[in-house]
Amino acid sequence: MAGDNGQPLIHARGLVKRFGELVAVDAIDFDLQRGEAFGFLGPNGAGKTSTMRMIGCVSPVTEGTLRVFGLDPAHDGVKIRARLGVVPQLDTLDMELTVRENLVIYGRYFGLPRRELGTRADELLEFVELTERANDKVEPLSGGMKRRLTIARSLVNDPEVMLLDEPTTGLDPQARHVVWDRLYRLKRQGVTLLLTTHYMDEAEQLCDRLVVMDKGRIVAEGSPRELIESYSTREVVELRFDDSRPEDFSYWTDGLVSRVESLPDRVLLYTDDGDAASHGLHERGLVPESVLVRRSTLEDVFLHLTGRSLIE
Amino acid sequence: MVEIAARLGGLAPTQPRIGGLLIVERNVMVYRRTWMILFSGFFEPLFYLLAFGIGLGAYVGPVTLDGESLDYAVFVAPGLLAVSAMNGAFYDATNVFWKLRYGKVYDAMLSTPVAPKDVAVGETLWAVVRALLYSAAFLTVIGAMGLIESWWGLLALPACFVIGFGFAGAGIAAVTWMRTWKDFEFTTLVMLPLFLFSATFYPITVYPEALQWIVQALPLYHGVSLVRALTTGAVSATQLLNVAYLLLMGFVGTGIAGRRIDRLLLK
Amino acid sequence: MSTVALSLRPLEFFFAQYRRVWRGTAVSSVATPVFFLLALGVGLGVFVDRSTELPGDVSYLDFVAPGLLAGAAMQVASFESSWPVLSAIKWTRQYHAMLATPLRVGDVLAGHQAFIAARLFMTAVVYLVVITAFGAVRSPLAVLTVPVAVLVGLAFSAPLAAWGAKTELETSFVAIFRFAILPMFLFSGIFFPITQLPTAIQWFAHATPLWHGVDLCRQLTLGDVAQWSALLHVVFLVAWTAVGMTLAFLSYRRRLVR
Repeated sequence: MAGDNGQPLIHARGLVKRFGELVAVDAIDFDLQRGEAFGFLGPNGAGKTSTMRMIGCVSPVTEGTLRVFGLDPAHDGVKIRARLGVVPQLDTLDMELTVRENLVIYGRYFGLPRRELGTRADELLEFVELTERANDKVEPLSGGMKRRLTIARSLVNDPEVMLLDEPTTGLDPQARHVVWDRLYRLKRQGVTLLLTTHYMDEAEQLCDRLVVMDKGRIVAEGSPRELIESYSTREVVELRFDDSRPEDFSYWTDGLVSRVESLPDRVLLYTDDGDAASHGLHERGLVPESVLVRRSTLEDVFLHLTGRSLIE
Repeated sequence: MVEIAARLGGLAPTQPRIGGLLIVERNVMVYRRTWMILFSGFFEPLFYLLAFGIGLGAYVGPVTLDGESLDYAVFVAPGLLAVSAMNGAFYDATNVFWKLRYGKVYDAMLSTPVAPKDVAVGETLWAVVRALLYSAAFLTVIGAMGLIESWWGLLALPACFVIGFGFAGAGIAAVTWMRTWKDFEFTTLVMLPLFLFSATFYPITVYPEALQWIVQALPLYHGVSLVRALTTGAVSATQLLNVAYLLLMGFVGTGIAGRRIDRLLLK
Repeated sequence: MSTVALSLRPLEFFFAQYRRVWRGTAVSSVATPVFFLLALGVGLGVFVDRSTELPGDVSYLDFVAPGLLAGAAMQVASFESSWPVLSAIKWTRQYHAMLATPLRVGDVLAGHQAFIAARLFMTAVVYLVVITAFGAVRSPLAVLTVPVAVLVGLAFSAPLAAWGAKTELETSFVAIFRFAILPMFLFSGIFFPITQLPTAIQWFAHATPLWHGVDLCRQLTLGDVAQWSALLHVVFLVAWTAVGMTLAFLSYRRRLVR
């Protein structure tokens, strides 16, 4: 595509969104490069959707700089939207039209010629495995099918960047994997993805690079691996107790682990060698109801950065 | 595997020139399947014409308009023609309400190059098309029944365009303020008196003078007065006033609707 | 427990639901008859009274008022028995919720129809007050138009509920309103005597419950009751209601009990 010369596709500096008194997005900076899969990870209300809506030019920027394809959303909303593919958090499919008609009319909104759209719609339906439902109404489709249709719809204009707001929220595990698979294929085909999620597994699966958001701010940035390396240990020991949970853990854990997080239902011990740590605890005479050693995840990163879990 | 992004940039979208036309295109797509709803709307004024013009007409007898005695059917037909244009435009405003509040149809359009102002323009355009469909069919029927007495009657179709435009603009603007279906109870309270009292069924001279002034301020009165002048041939300068009133209503309404839809969609 | 007691429970639900919208319908249920009587009875009446004599030498206002009462009963009943029935089956699924309790299909149907009857009763009382205020009532027998209006309404709401529980096509109600309810409203003798219509259509009008309701209401408000004809009207309306209720029960059972 002509003319970006290594310049980021999306560029934000000091970006702010306020709704009256409420500060939804509080001075964030980020850049999105072509070909990346970039994620905003954070709990509900972290400001992810507001950021997405500003990029999608459907929500005016309150303060700061935002450039999409080098253009200003305040003036060039139409030009920007023509090059984006948007998958909103809640499906906005046209309930009065069939599955295939949804794709065709959406393409028409982009000014694409009707003749080409017929083939395009069929290709897209094949891609999201909805060919058999082409002439059905949208309403009876399952949640996962509607999501796939929304993804197909967002691809109709061959977008340079796809904006996916919580692409798999509300789907059952199987449907989530189908969606991830399609997004992964798109990524391999060189489509730039920008997504928000509050699922750490989703972020780990799909994102090359991500920022962690909390209360409208960016609290960390990097690849999933980098984030885990900088903000967590290699492994985690999860302890669950019956009624005999000790008040103070320092006696048991001092010198054994690098950090302790005490959650209402369990205690997390951060260490690079989980087996050694659990062995040590056993030797000191601590007997929890269950012990689980696992690898660190982005959930642990988030917990460390904010002191809260991602899904509350 | 399908190479979905293979032609990256190959479908480089051209900016739609009139976004509003795309809204019309979408509505045509919808009505291809539910044509019955569209089609049946035409029968409403036709049934009224048969009941009032023909059935009741025998009891009403001739009506005097501007000193000229008219058959009741000849008198009432243009009134119902104006009503059919109004209804055609206004039914559609109801759909705009649904699409705005429940259907999320416009929310999807906003992630495309279509802009909120296109929504107002497009829906107005579609409502006018619908009004014209009804009017053209009704005009043909009353023409065939011999209820048009002047060549001016040919201009009744463009007149219905003006009526449709006026009511489409006002109607779409009005529904942007509505929050739930309950509020439609109040549109009935506006539409029914408009239908009954705008000199549709008898000359305005029946009313006491104060009431005549009020009726003359009603938009449908201007529609009825315009169309009746054309089909009976009693055309005067008043019809320019009728046209101006309705056009103004349409422009102001569409303007307000555009701004309101913009506010409702872009947060 | 008796069926009556059980069917009072859904009635309670529909009233609770109605409480949220009553304000809007209250305004329009008073305004609608006022508008129609003013526009047609008074306004158009000037021309009719000047031009011809209606059968029985009545004024056009006196002629049209009882007809509008019966017509309103038809419209209220049809509306209440169309989308609300579809909704209780398909969208809000209230019928299913009721059937998950000790209520039986018959109770659900009876409860909903009882609510419609109550709505009809209120509408008819308002109409009667309004037409009395317009001076269009000539006989104390007019009080009987209230139960007659309820009966007219049920003659429509019962078969329509049967259809609502049967159809998968919600737009069919648009067709019913446009091609059945509206023509009946216009051609069943509310606005002009049906003798004005071609004979074939007259027969058609005689077959509709609305014409019987209109004629019966008119006899009552004018105080000009022909016993045999009045009785026939009542029998006809009761028959429509009974057949409609039976069909509705069958259709509810088929749809709701699977």
